[in-house]
Amino acid sequence: MFAAEAAAEVHASTGWFLEHAWLIPIIPAVAFALIIFFGKRMPMKGSEFGVASMFASLVLAVGAAWQWIQRVDGASSVAHSAVEEGAYHSAPFVGPIIREWTWWQSGGVEFGIGQHIDGLALTLLVVVAFISSLVQVYSLEYLRGDRRYTHFFAALTLFSAGMLGMVLAPNMVQLILGWEIMGLCSFLLIGHWWEEEANSRAALKAFFTVRVGDVGLLVGTGILFFSANSWTQENLGVSGFNISGLSAWAMSGAASQSALTWGAVALFVACIGKSGQFPLHTWLPDAMAGPTPVSSLLHSSTMVVAGVFLVGRLYPVFWEGMKIGDTNINFIVLIGGITIVIAALLAFVQHDIKKVLAYSTVSQLGYMMLGLGAGAWIAAIFHIFTHAFFKACLFLAAGSVSHSGSHHSFDMKKDMGGLAKKMPITATTWIISTLALAGVFPLAGFFSKDEIIDNVGHNGYNAFMIVGLSGAFLTAAYMTRATYLTFFGESRGAAAGEHHDNHGAHAVHDDHGAHAVHDDHGAHAVHDDHGAKGPHESPKLITVPLMILAALAVVAGLANATPFGSNWERFKKYVEPSSEYVMVESASASGPGESIVVPAAEEGAKKEGCATVAPDEGMVCYFPTVSHAKFKWSKAALSLVIVALGLVSSWLFCIQYYTRRDRRLVGLTERNTVLRGGYKVLWNKYYLDALYETVIVRAVAYPISRAAYWLNQNVLDGIVNTVGKVARRVAGWVYRNIDQRVVDGAVNGSGAAARGSGGVLRPVQSGKVNQYGALLFAAAAIGALILVIINT
Amino acid sequence: MLTTQFLLLGAVLFCIGIYGVLARKNAVMVLMSIELILNSVNLNLLAFSVRNGSVDGNTFALYIIAIAAAEVGVGLAMVLLIYRNRRTIALDELSEMKG
Repeated sequence: MFAAEAAAEVHASTGWFLEHAWLIPIIPAVAFALIIFFGKRMPMKGSEFGVASMFASLVLAVGAAWQWIQRVDGASSVAHSAVEEGAYHSAPFVGPIIREWTWWQSGGVEFGIGQHIDGLALTLLVVVAFISSLVQVYSLEYLRGDRRYTHFFAALTLFSAGMLGMVLAPNMVQLILGWEIMGLCSFLLIGHWWEEEANSRAALKAFFTVRVGDVGLLVGTGILFFSANSWTQENLGVSGFNISGLSAWAMSGAASQSALTWGAVALFVACIGKSGQFPLHTWLPDAMAGPTPVSSLLHSSTMVVAGVFLVGRLYPVFWEGMKIGDTNINFIVLIGGITIVIAALLAFVQHDIKKVLAYSTVSQLGYMMLGLGAGAWIAAIFHIFTHAFFKACLFLAAGSVSHSGSHHSFDMKKDMGGLAKKMPITATTWIISTLALAGVFPLAGFFSKDEIIDNVGHNGYNAFMIVGLSGAFLTAAYMTRATYLTFFGESRGAAAGEHHDNHGAHAVHDDHGAHAVHDDHGAHAVHDDHGAKGPHESPKLITVPLMILAALAVVAGLANATPFGSNWERFKKYVEPSSEYVMVESASASGPGESIVVPAAEEGAKKEGCATVAPDEGMVCYFPTVSHAKFKWSKAALSLVIVALGLVSSWLFCIQYYTRRDRRLVGLTERNTVLRGGYKVLWNKYYLDALYETVIVRAVAYPISRAAYWLNQNVLDGIVNTVGKVARRVAGWVYRNIDQRVVDGAVNGSGAAARGSGGVLRPVQSGKVNQYGALLFAAAAIGALILVIINT
Repeated sequence: MLTTQFLLLGAVLFCIGIYGVLARKNAVMVLMSIELILNSVNLNLLAFSVRNGSVDGNTFALYIIAIAAAEVGVGLAMVLLIYRNRRTIALDELSEMKG
């Protein structure tokens, strides 16, 4: 093995921003309190706190990311000789900046709070702070005049604080804290217009569905803590909640396989709930009932990637628990693969533009899970990064369309069409993001999605590579359909300038009802003049965030452009942790400004990374050895052809079907039995909602309530009735004998006695306070006298 | 011994306070007398605290001072209200509690 004593230690650069990264979630958390307490009195109703805090967090996050890049650069220039090309990635180990303070203690276990800053955390910090800032700016216009404007910004800011706090959590406790804050805020934000019953139902559904998964988070954390705690205490001096401790434990070979497996499965159940994976994805499309900025922030780029982040964060646990390196099928890829396809198919039958995007998000989250499950860690994390930009852009563009183009409707078939000419900026940004999502070269989605598909195949998960490729075809096709229905073809309904006077009727078919509520809160009267102008471009507060996001959707992929050689793989260089073995001492002493360990450049030694060889005494590692596929243009060409096929075939179909009304196509689902069956299944969302609501809820809740009713009627009521009868007989006897004679006698007697003594004592009640005081002191004096006499 | 003198002073103050409470007609004077009683108790506590060398008595005295302040606040508010309603604070004219 390699000679530990020959390892050279280099002082790693650190900096103020890295040391103080814990401020990033604190700032929005403080802003939340300020908005709640003082927001309504501020000139901008509290939104200024939210926007300012998000920009401050963004500055801190970018500063920390910059210093992290310098840190990694400094380490790799020293260890340059150790860096090799090829399957084994041997970048030097750059320790994360961990700072932890004791939050509270219970039974000898310390619960810490602090920061764990590494490439993964910084990626998410920057993305979350950036998207949150833009979404808050966008909301300034989108929610102008809303009746709960201040509360909206408060919840939005707290949400960002929760996500940021979760991302830099050094231990599972803080992670759960952030995770739950997000769950709460998503409930508040989805149900923002709760007056409409559909909205509050959607909020409840989201909350409860995610809660089902959250049980897994608690169970999994418990399993891991109780199995890992003694090992981590002994070897690293940290508790079993510590994330780097858990990672080292999972990779150490000392962990029991069943604990790892069950812990990983339980945690993955939480990820299924949070990240909208099959079969708990049903909450995500319904959650579109919230205002569009909420959908953009929570349900495309931040909250739903929390589950993906959890898998990426505790990757060693999942790697070992699911045996990702050894098999070609496991729980994570299976769920991810199913999710990609079923969600993409559902996106074809939606009328609501936001629901298309919601299913698209579910499908893309499936890609991330597929990548993580198949060992393509860096590709999956990179997909989080790129997906955040173009999906946020798509959602905001959809909001822009409804805000200024379709009179607050999200129905593509009734109220949109032909908007490209009237809303050029929105349409352009939408189309750019659509192409990025579909994975057209050289936009962002190409580099990340193709990387996932490529690595999934490379790691031996061949069946799932085909799933990924078919998902790419479906993505291109359903996004083309949505684009065509919204921006091309003939204008329909509100997009044609038709004014809806009849809002009641409109609310019936608009099943999230958002616009109906939106209308009567006064926003309409303030800024809206569709009646006069019809569809028009949105104001600058909306279009500028769109343009920024669209620009990033174009260039973000270049951060890890594998086709152009390893020099372009910057994202991989700065984010992927090293799989080197490191000395425990130097790893656990990773306080501020600690050393990084560069293994001696001994021939052959560094070929062996984690989980491939047994560790030496006193050595741990924090990340499994993952292999990376070599990029080949032939493989990329295949997926590009598939994407192009999806785009073109869907476009031609849309022209034939929606504009020319081709008789062979229109009504096909009614004529053909197979297609009709398929359409019905999709339209009813695979009957999953029906399954949950009728079968599971009935199977669980109804028998319980029936049993409770039976118990109540027969057992409890029987007891109660018997007791009642007995009591009545006893009472009759008691009344006749005891009450009438004994009690009444006593009462009457005491009444007479009281009347007599009252007459005697009456003069005492003189009404004079001084006399009362004199009596009081006299009584006290007598009492004191008695005490003195007794004690002597 | 010093303690005895403090206790004697406390007893004297207590008696003055009792006299004030019983004999005075002005409600404000009664309140002031109550303050005297409370402070005589404080003196006792402090004296014993010094003698026993523990701080428990001091702590109690601090609490009593705080409570006395609150009590005077409430009492003066009541006196003020009574004065507003009846234009007098003479206690012997307030005999509504006569049974």
